[in-house]
Amino acid sequence: MKTLEKDLALRRRYRAERFMMGLVALGTLLAFLILFLVLAYALAQGVGALNLDFFLKDMRPPGESGGGLRQAIVGTLIVDGLGLLIALPFGLAAGVLLAEYPDHPVNPYLRLLSDTLNGMPAILFGLLAFVLIVKPMGGFSGLSGAFALGFLMIPILARSTEGVLSLVPKEIREAGLALGLPRWRVILSLVLPTARAGLITGVLLAFARAAGEAAPLLFTAFGSPLLELNPLKPMDTLPLRLFAFAISPYEDWHRQAWAAGLVLFGLITLTSLLARWASRRF
Amino acid sequence: MVKEAVDVHMESKNLVVRYGSRVGVGVGGGVNLPLYRHKVTALIGPSGCGKTTFLRALNRMHDLTPIARVEGEVLLDGENIYASGVDPVLVRRRVGMVFQKPTAFPTMSIYDNVAAGLKLVGIRDKRRLDEAVERALRGAALWDEVKDRLRTPASGLSGGQQQRLTIARALAVEPEVLLMDEPTASLDPISTQAIEDLLLSLKEQVTIVIVTHNMQQAARVSDYTAFFLNGEMVEFGPTETIFTRPKDLRTEAYITGRFG
Ligand SMILES: Nc1ncnc2c1ncn2[C@@H]1O[C@H](COP(=O)(O)OP(=O)(O)O)[C@@H](O)[C@H]1O
Ligand SMILES: [Mg+2]
Repeated sequence: MKTLEKDLALRRRYRAERFMMGLVALGTLLAFLILFLVLAYALAQGVGALNLDFFLKDMRPPGESGGGLRQAIVGTLIVDGLGLLIALPFGLAAGVLLAEYPDHPVNPYLRLLSDTLNGMPAILFGLLAFVLIVKPMGGFSGLSGAFALGFLMIPILARSTEGVLSLVPKEIREAGLALGLPRWRVILSLVLPTARAGLITGVLLAFARAAGEAAPLLFTAFGSPLLELNPLKPMDTLPLRLFAFAISPYEDWHRQAWAAGLVLFGLITLTSLLARWASRRF
Repeated sequence: MVKEAVDVHMESKNLVVRYGSRVGVGVGGGVNLPLYRHKVTALIGPSGCGKTTFLRALNRMHDLTPIARVEGEVLLDGENIYASGVDPVLVRRRVGMVFQKPTAFPTMSIYDNVAAGLKLVGIRDKRRLDEAVERALRGAALWDEVKDRLRTPASGLSGGQQQRLTIARALAVEPEVLLMDEPTASLDPISTQAIEDLLLSLKEQVTIVIVTHNMQQAARVSDYTAFFLNGEMVEFGPTETIFTRPKDLRTEAYITGRFG
């Protein structure tokens, strides 16, 4: 009697488990399906516009066919790269402070700030850069866009840095301190190098995340139809150009918008793959 | 004999360590324990009795544990290492530590592991570093095994070799006192033997405090033994006395294997 009851309960549990597993599998399938559909559609729409010119030439005015999006590709790399340079020292420092000095009196505030920024809509970072950089400098610029992306990346970097450092065994820190090394030296020469793969991964993922943002750049980097290498001038980026082309009435531009999406997808995938490679290699 | 007995290198006075409201060591009055120069003192007792807690108080490692509070004094050559104005970094240069789990710095070569304590405080002179590394590795009885692969990653060493590497690393900064927390607990018998042999030669240079819950080990390697139980230092004396004629019944019960 007893065993039978147990049997029934067990069978019910198995059934519940099978059902949940099915749900999870279905969800995964759905997610992949959507990604696949988006990609397939983008490919179908944009692959025609993807040729060498797309990377080597700037955009053309509407009505003229040909041209490319060189100015947006280069602009993305410059604005995102500068943004990363701006964010790196602050993001790393915040992460180190949170992970290595848990009792520091500023930490509760730092954590609150970091959590708030992490959840903030991206466009607000653009607004912040607009007020802090665009207004005082009297115009849109790639640099202000870099600041907007930098603001966006700081909390991401802080969080990934904190997470990665907390994985470093405390034995390493203790061994260093027991050698009579000061704490900052232990962090700099023992903890950070031990965590370097994770740190590089975090940096690359922050870069990839910011590369896809259009909103913070709308009223900062602003966009430009021509290649612009001077970050004090307005600059183009792929998401900005994608947005502008997508809402335009021109067929040609629509195709190029899809192509821009593909290149962006490629750039972000590449960066993520690089991040994975880095986490194994180092 | 008399002179030896008064040559106290380190000494705890009324030492109590608390974790929050809980006493880690120093139950029933603080611990008073002398550590004699160039001798090996073993701290024995069952798990959780406060051996590690006591040991870490000797080089201010508790500074890193936010909830840990240290009361009383630890004298190093007569000076209280907890006095205000004493730099814990300098204390740890004089009082080194080897941990239970062998922890070579994973990103560094064997050479850099041993040189770390010197290099990272700015010593760059290659001759001096080479000499220090060789001396430390010889001191830790590891030189012959690694001399041909000093530049290879330390992570390639076996557990026993890594533990001797951490001993070499601690020796390279020339501490006066070496604290060892169950240094052979995770090692095979051969590596354990190597480290026990090592202790006998090391004590010519340094004062050694070794935590072990292996009583045979304490009997083999130590000159003095302190027995801890439930956060209390029950008995201290020459190792031979503790193991043959203990005064306290609890000590006797422990060494005869009746508990712990
Ligand atoms: N970081 C800590 N926080 C709180 N309690 C601790 C901590 N470390 C040790 N203790 C407690 O202090 C007592 C002594 O522990 P420990 O010194 O590690 O013993 P032993 O090394 O003899 O096994 C134990 O009751 C243990 O639970
Ligand atoms: Mg212990």
